[in-house]
Amino acid sequence: MYRFIGRRFFFAVLTILAVSAVVFAIFSVLPFDPASLTCGQRCTPQIIEGNRIKLGFDKPIYEQYWLFLSGIFVGRTYGSGQAAFSCPAPAFGYSFNENACVTEMIKESLPVTLNLAIGALVIWLFIGISLGVIAAKFKSRWPDTTGSVFVLLGTSLPTFVTGLALLIWVSIKWKIVPMSLDGYVSVLDSPGRWFMYFILPWITLAIAYAALYTRFTRAAVLDTLGEDYIRTARAKGVKERTVLFKHTLRAVLAPIITLAGLDFAGLIGGAIITETIFNLPGLARLTLRSVYEFDLPVVLATTILAAVVVIVMNLIVDMLYAVLDPRVRM
Amino acid sequence: MSELLRINDLRVAFPTDDGLVRAVDGVSLSVSSGETVAIVGESGSGKTVTSLSVMGLHKKGSAQMSGSISVAHDGGFLDVISASEEEIRSMRGRSVAMIFQDPMSALHPYYKIGAQLAEAYLVHNPGKKKEAISRAIEMLDLVGISEPAQRAKEFPHQFSGGMRQRVMIAMALMNSPKMLIADEPTTALDVTVQAQILTLLASLQKEFNMGILLITHDLGVVAQVSEKVNVMYAGRIVEQGGVDDIFYNPMHPYNLGLLKSVPRISATGSERLKAIPGQPPSLISLPAGCAFAPRCEYIKFADSNACATQMPALVGTSASHTSRCHIDESKRQASFSDAMKEVR
Repeated sequence: MYRFIGRRFFFAVLTILAVSAVVFAIFSVLPFDPASLTCGQRCTPQIIEGNRIKLGFDKPIYEQYWLFLSGIFVGRTYGSGQAAFSCPAPAFGYSFNENACVTEMIKESLPVTLNLAIGALVIWLFIGISLGVIAAKFKSRWPDTTGSVFVLLGTSLPTFVTGLALLIWVSIKWKIVPMSLDGYVSVLDSPGRWFMYFILPWITLAIAYAALYTRFTRAAVLDTLGEDYIRTARAKGVKERTVLFKHTLRAVLAPIITLAGLDFAGLIGGAIITETIFNLPGLARLTLRSVYEFDLPVVLATTILAAVVVIVMNLIVDMLYAVLDPRVRM
Repeated sequence: MSELLRINDLRVAFPTDDGLVRAVDGVSLSVSSGETVAIVGESGSGKTVTSLSVMGLHKKGSAQMSGSISVAHDGGFLDVISASEEEIRSMRGRSVAMIFQDPMSALHPYYKIGAQLAEAYLVHNPGKKKEAISRAIEMLDLVGISEPAQRAKEFPHQFSGGMRQRVMIAMALMNSPKMLIADEPTTALDVTVQAQILTLLASLQKEFNMGILLITHDLGVVAQVSEKVNVMYAGRIVEQGGVDDIFYNPMHPYNLGLLKSVPRISATGSERLKAIPGQPPSLISLPAGCAFAPRCEYIKFADSNACATQMPALVGTSASHTSRCHIDESKRQASFSDAMKEVR
């Protein structure tokens, strides 16, 4: 078991290194001069050259990569003497557009995205698994057909439709949830405002995923109910409720958790539409803004971060799977 | 010998989009304590449907059942067809236990063996957890699993196929049932393991005086362990008799065909297997007369008109050996004699 985890961990680190190298390489062959993007309209070649040296763009690419990597562990100082400024470890670069260390910018937006993703995950798992089990239990009867309407709507309505609809009706017309104008609040500071801030984005994301999970759970439960070991349980005289909630659900749980882990990882860098509609200052918004503004250090950092999250979630899912499925244990 | 199971004129049909599938059509048989009654037949002949009916394991609403299935339960008899779900549940695993064809998939992959065995006991004796666990270990020991206390903590995938079938048998024995239904218990196993499992079943039967209903398509298994045999074809019993009658004095051409199709060690290398020509009929549109008539090699010895239009009754020379065939008893001996020489 420990060897299994150790091996997976080693390969995860290796993959992260490879991903960061590839992303770094892609950004250094892009046909812009990153140094020329660092100052506004009143640019002179002198300023550009100065910034180039300050940010290290004058060095060969492998050295730039090394500086980037080492910056993550020991921090990084740009320029020298009076004009020097430094980003403490872990430093992922410096954004000239915002005049801030990239790490600081990520630190501000990551909690928003995490709150969004975790809340949505909890809601969609609860709804998806419940509806899926109910639909399977009452296959071809009204709970199942009603459920399939929900699945169809949830999977076919894009988030910009559900999100806007929620925003227009629930927030603007009916005024049930106030439009948040004062920005992100932590759950620790004010649970009520935090809940109101996130509830509509959560529902927006959760509807789409809950529909998928309803379909997945329904199919998995139906599959499992047809398994020989379910027939064995019934032949023992086990109650039908126990057959469903113990024997069947236990078998269905492992693949659902795998799926949930990967979908969750995808949301960390990818809830662009939801974050935009609800004006959430999250990671996806940060990435989007940086892409528009050619703020390359930020794009580089968020891209690598998104990849790292996917790799780490994969690792966690694999370990969870080993816990859930005794056949995988070594 | 007390009667444990009496099936009378059981009919089971499944409505499908293509029509009504008559999987079992008028089956009657009985099993008493200490005896092994076999149901033989090919896939789709209705033998498994019959056994699942006894356990009430058909999905609610999917099967139309008529006739009666009386199971000895709590000192009386329970009619499975009219009983409530709760009554059937209290019978399952306690009065009648069942083991299945594929021990690889019949055990839950995520639960430990001991827990799965204990559950069989706890379902009927709620709260007696300690007792259940010690009984589980005792039963594992009984079916020949060494270090049972240790192995009870293992998962099914850590057992071999034969060992898993032993575990299934141990699970069936958890509540000391009077009757055991074994649905193709050796089909998924190696031949040497098959023999071990059959020997184990026979010795357990002797020890607990259990009645066994054995479902199989393997005539070798039938010959080895059963006393009474029911040959099924297209949902009906076509021949019913003692094991010697079935093997040495077959009355139905289908049974004779099965015997002829068994490969023989004495056969020369170039000899082909003697399969019964044709395919079993669709259970949705059964022929009006004898279901075997279109494949029957001996139809010339009977009134072929009767074969095509009338379902023969289950009759015979004695009450203990009967068959559904229009061939007259006097003609049968002569017409089967050549084939019987070959079979012996």
